[in-house]
Amino acid sequence: MNSAARGFPERAAAALADPVLGAALDKLQGEFRRDRGAMLSRMPEFEALRDRAMTVRNYALADMDGLLEQFERNVIATGGTVHWCRDAEEARATVTRLCREADAKTAVKSKSMLSEEIALNDALVDAGIEPVETDLGEYILQLRRETPSHIVMPAIHLNAGQIGDAFRKSHSDRDSGRDLSNADALLAEARATLRRRFLDADVGITGANALIAETGSILLVTNEGNADLVHTLPKTHIAVVGIEKVLPTLSDAMAVVRVLARSATAQEITSYTTLVSGPARTDEADGPRAFHVVLVDNGRSKMLAGPYADALRCIRCGACQSLCPVYGAIGGHAYDAVYAGPIGAVLTPALGGLERAPHLPQASSFCGQCEDVCPVRVPLPALMRRLREDSFRRPDIAVAGRRLTRFWSWAARRPALYRPGLRLGLAMLRLLGAHRGAIRSLPFISGWTGARDFPVPEGGSFVEKWHASGREPKR
Amino acid sequence: MSARDDILAALRVGAANRRASASASTSDPVLPARATGAAIALRDRFVEMALFAGASVGSAVAAGIPAAISAYLSKERLGDRVVLAPEPALVSLPWRSAPRLEVRTGVPGPEDRVSVTAAIAGAAETGSLLVSSGSRTANAAHVLCETHIAVLPAGDIVGGYEAALSRLRGDGGAMPRAATFITGPSRTADIEKTPQIGVHGPKRLHILLVNE
Repeated sequence: MNSAARGFPERAAAALADPVLGAALDKLQGEFRRDRGAMLSRMPEFEALRDRAMTVRNYALADMDGLLEQFERNVIATGGTVHWCRDAEEARATVTRLCREADAKTAVKSKSMLSEEIALNDALVDAGIEPVETDLGEYILQLRRETPSHIVMPAIHLNAGQIGDAFRKSHSDRDSGRDLSNADALLAEARATLRRRFLDADVGITGANALIAETGSILLVTNEGNADLVHTLPKTHIAVVGIEKVLPTLSDAMAVVRVLARSATAQEITSYTTLVSGPARTDEADGPRAFHVVLVDNGRSKMLAGPYADALRCIRCGACQSLCPVYGAIGGHAYDAVYAGPIGAVLTPALGGLERAPHLPQASSFCGQCEDVCPVRVPLPALMRRLREDSFRRPDIAVAGRRLTRFWSWAARRPALYRPGLRLGLAMLRLLGAHRGAIRSLPFISGWTGARDFPVPEGGSFVEKWHASGREPKR
Repeated sequence: MSARDDILAALRVGAANRRASASASTSDPVLPARATGAAIALRDRFVEMALFAGASVGSAVAAGIPAAISAYLSKERLGDRVVLAPEPALVSLPWRSAPRLEVRTGVPGPEDRVSVTAAIAGAAETGSLLVSSGSRTANAAHVLCETHIAVLPAGDIVGGYEAALSRLRGDGGAMPRAATFITGPSRTADIEKTPQIGVHGPKRLHILLVNE
């Protein structure tokens, strides 16, 4: 990706200057806020459902080792196979090998963030297997050679004109004079094109929204119904899943279902919520002959033992992205990470290392809406704050204002020096802003004042005001 | 060590502490009020929520189902041909009472436009049908055709998802290969967040409740 060559600040600046993206993000966030409000008024017990989902995810993470073993036993009992992969490379090699063993030329795929995380499509192409994304948004991105910019609305950054151009370029066997000016025409063409791909595919690849230990089932939710065609029509079904998705029981999976679509799109439930358990039985009317679950760690087991384990509760609804003011200003691609927005600002460094995403935890106003909206109450602001502390302590990571902060910290612990210094500083700031009522530039933080005015301080310091109020600090 | 051993060993680091601090696993669900109530209220709620999700709902006595299907198809101008899942409860219906219908029994193919299947349960909380694949019903019958007509005995409407799943597997019984809660037609909002119906699955979901 070209944007990887530049830094996050440059990508963010470019995104801010893109009017198509700005309009799309405004629509996304405005409508999500409105629709989620309507959903909450239909479901007065939503807070209790969130509590339940959080509890379920917590006890599942605490028991992950035993649950994965139980899941594996039950998959084998239904006639399926489980494969364990330590990292992305092992996962790519495993899926590629399974496709080769199935003599696959093409593989239809339903949407899977994990397959993005492990860059599965590139590996399939290198092995001579054509992957075909079937989620409409993902299909559009595949034609445009782009990555998703939102977890559940991957092509949110595009308009119909851009999608029409991609179809015209890729579907070259169709009449070049056809009308692709509206969403209905685009949808009809995508349905017809992808229907042929479904019927011809040798392998179906899905992710999973949950693994159910008690039955060896995988949970798949979609609105389009594409996952159901993917796991039904081809002769082999491969599910590629992060190990943290395991849950004890079907009832636990339903607790996740009750908050997932409500948080993702403000729907009551997705159109299709499917439990797949094994390959087709010997007398079954249709379905694949082989069922494989590829379990992928890729940093999760290490994360579970560390300070960012709470983020493993995430059920990938994208609500934190749909409300975040930073995501709303710059969109997903500026993050240059598989997971964008607040959850991405935590998952990307927690899974892959802080050095690979040093800016992301800084990309927050700490307004707290991400935590307020998270269906499993991941404390995203606290986790981002902790990542900032980690960055500050690591000399290999550039932190804006590190020296200034060190100086402030040194001075603030010396009140005899700090208080007169602060009085002097405030007086100077008042002098600087006396004419305009605001200060246009300041030394040491010219980057910050380059885009903002610094307000002129009014009155004295907090400590002075406290003493003036006559109250004494509590001991 | 194998990848399996490595991953499981890594997951056991600090596991005792995590288990001590997490609450105990319990399968007692937290149900919204909408998933509880008397049978008659659940039926009304099922219909209300199914309509809200974009399905259409009709009802008939068992002997009237073929005629109800025929009437629905002609009203919506969907032709007269259906592919029927060969479940005894469906095959035994009086299909000759709807002479215009052309009924083929079996697995739907790409040329079929209307499928008729039997649902296992209805979950009132979101107007969702629970369907499953099996030796008679192909899973493709639930997603391949432009129109899906699902026949559901009104007595099989329950409150929540858990109750519907209990109907499917009894008390801890085996799962079918595929079991799906279907809620309204196939939809997307991937093009400029515009709601659209009928992406890969059915454009129409018609639920026929069988009155006792």
